[in-house]
Amino acid sequence: MTPRYFLKCCLTVIAVTAFFCSFQAAFASTLENGEEALGRKLAKQAVKDSKRWSTIDHTKVEALNKDFTSGEEITGACLSCHSEAATQFHKTIHWTWLASGDKSDIRYGKAGYSVNNFCISGNAMEDKGCLKCHVSWNKKGVKGEVNCLKCHNSSGFNFNEAFGDIKAFSEDNDPETNEMVKDIQQEIKQAITKVTFPTRKNCGECHFKGGGGDGVKHGDLDTSLTKPNRMLDVHMGIDGKNFSCTRCHTTVDHHIAGRIYTNPAVETRKSLIEDDLAPKITCVSCHSSEPHKNDSKMNDHTDVVSCQACHIPKYARVNPTKMWWDWTKAGKMKDGKPYVVKGPFGKPVYKSIKGEFRWEKNVIPEYFWSNGSQTSTTADDIIDPAQIVKVSHPVGDKTDPEARIFPFKIHRGKQPYDKIHKKLLAPMLSGKRGFWTTFDMNDAIEYGNKTLGIPYSGEFDYVETTYAFPITHMVAPKENALNCTECHIRENSRLASITGLYLPGRDKSNLIDIIGWLSVFGALAGVFLHGIGRFFTRNGKEN
Amino acid sequence: MKDKKIIKIYLYTRYERFWHWLQSFMIICLIVTGLEIHGTYKLFGFQTAVNIHNFIGLSWLILFAFFVFWLFTTGEWKQYIPTTKKLFSVILYYSWGIFQGKPHPIQKSKGAKHNPLQRLAYLGISAMLLPVQMVTGLLYYLYNDMLGILPLSILAVIHTLIALFLLNFLVVHLYMTTTGHSLFSHITGMITGWEEIYETTEIADWETQATRKN
Ligand code: HEM
Repeated sequence: MTPRYFLKCCLTVIAVTAFFCSFQAAFASTLENGEEALGRKLAKQAVKDSKRWSTIDHTKVEALNKDFTSGEEITGACLSCHSEAATQFHKTIHWTWLASGDKSDIRYGKAGYSVNNFCISGNAMEDKGCLKCHVSWNKKGVKGEVNCLKCHNSSGFNFNEAFGDIKAFSEDNDPETNEMVKDIQQEIKQAITKVTFPTRKNCGECHFKGGGGDGVKHGDLDTSLTKPNRMLDVHMGIDGKNFSCTRCHTTVDHHIAGRIYTNPAVETRKSLIEDDLAPKITCVSCHSSEPHKNDSKMNDHTDVVSCQACHIPKYARVNPTKMWWDWTKAGKMKDGKPYVVKGPFGKPVYKSIKGEFRWEKNVIPEYFWSNGSQTSTTADDIIDPAQIVKVSHPVGDKTDPEARIFPFKIHRGKQPYDKIHKKLLAPMLSGKRGFWTTFDMNDAIEYGNKTLGIPYSGEFDYVETTYAFPITHMVAPKENALNCTECHIRENSRLASITGLYLPGRDKSNLIDIIGWLSVFGALAGVFLHGIGRFFTRNGKEN
Repeated sequence: MKDKKIIKIYLYTRYERFWHWLQSFMIICLIVTGLEIHGTYKLFGFQTAVNIHNFIGLSWLILFAFFVFWLFTTGEWKQYIPTTKKLFSVILYYSWGIFQGKPHPIQKSKGAKHNPLQRLAYLGISAMLLPVQMVTGLLYYLYNDMLGILPLSILAVIHTLIALFLLNFLVVHLYMTTTGHSLFSHITGMITGWEEIYETTEIADWETQATRKN
């Protein structure tokens, strides 16, 4: 090789390398890590000033500087300034427990015909056990007075207990107990000045414990989110953004943004750039619909795949969640007494009052098309007991422009239904005539259905049901988002159940593959035989 | 024939050889990464495979334009005009004559680099398979921006089928390179540009220097 030729070869190699490099810089800048993704930039901007300010110091408010003897009195004090608060609040689902603003429409809501496959029904607020989570004083439900402190007090003080004690003590005139009443009242006075916008603890008191205990219901909401780290939730992590719930569940006139039974949280996803007064409830609100780096293939996914599908790889990552609840097993006794059996995670796997349970941790979601709406089978809807009844299920399919592939927790269970009327039943659980006292399911149903005004035939059996919870909290840091091959893989794709679309890496045409590979292996065999032929005939050469 | 003299002629220009090896490198990379994307095996990891595939795929599209330009400005496209003349004797040679040590019925020359069978094969590949692969690849790449032109399932099926046909071509093509005077003489030809042929026609003195070597 002459030096000149060698030089030319080198120059060619350099030119080719330079071409590829410049190309890379122009088209694939995304592969470099330096630049920040648009979605992060926008979101950071949107929550830049997280400190909220106020013109009031509640420790200086005269109306609160009183010796209160009941919760209702405190609410009166709040309303003496915040004149419209209760009026507003009375119209919200947090108060009415009905999805519709129209009081005569009781189809959807805990106080209406809605049922689930946990404690089944709220029995029109007649099941007092449920009212622990109603925002009223003394479990009075809508007949009572709003308890502002449930959501707006950060002291953690037990006001109900304190007022109970005051009531008990004030009945005798012993000066020593009078002293104690004074002390308690002093504590109350101090506690009520701890006024706050709702914290995660306030909301979590009910929403982390839905279904009767920590982590029972949602799977992506449990007490681990009171003080999560950012590995559990990038938004709420106390070592990260430390969002409160209302940072995203934005509020207008005490109406808090979020899905309400069949109604989606928002009709269309809009970023704050498109609509600055839109609720911040969707990922798109802050992150936009092209959240990843420029030209990233990931941005091509956002019209089909929800953010949650990849960014919440598993739910119930710290506390376990209930996956199965079988009411058929309820009511067994040991020595004539109800009992509890504990299983893995220290969680009950059997309770006489409730039946059999199964718990799981680090659960992989199930994926469905969802446009944000959910179906809801109520105690007044006809079911087909021959099939698994979907009490709640996502709505949407691939032709729906608002639908995305979305992760869900599916809670499965068995619950009573009316064999004649073919409707799900609403047994009363707590109280004198409730199942938890009588262990008589038939009577509990009789009484429970009466509270709803839905006739009961007297004959019940159990049917298997599912209840779907969208998984949207517990967003993991981006480095923990799913790898492509969780879905783009032939076997065990997470999206195995999402059919009717071509998913590269998962799908193929068997026919085409067979034709193609036959041609390849045919060619291999052909050249092999030809080669052998040439070898033995030595191309016809003698030597 | 055995006593015929073997000489070398300068058949492939520098650009042609450069393009041949660059394109073969790119196509092999595309087949390797493409089949990983297809789910046939795991090698680079899906995401890396997609990035490499897209990058090389797009580069190839751009570079191919230069090749087409070269093809037409040099008139080399005429080398690909199909002909049935002697086609049969070439087929007969590879299926029979080659085992008997018969000479190849066609001698390469500057004006006819490819035998009739090659012409047909290369025309089919360059004018049919490759462009379709480029178009389906590009539509696949731009799928999100032009929804509805062709469903992904159809694009992907065509793209996969042609990928396997190209793999088939690669197998046969590689084997055929061993059918020269020695196992590597064709490959050497594509590296240096000088291809071995039997001396057939008389060459004028002035011609030998530039295009033929003894
Ligand atoms: C010799 C040329 C090529 C071969 C052998 C080849 C092969 C393949 C194969 C086998 C697949 C997997 C198909 C499936 O299972 O769905 C694929 C996917 C793909 N190819 Fe090619 N390809 C070639 C050229 C190109 C070109 C020029 C482009 C254009 C940029 C391209 C873009 C793509 C894209 C975008 C995918 C899908 C990747 C993804 O899932 O994101 N290909 N290719």
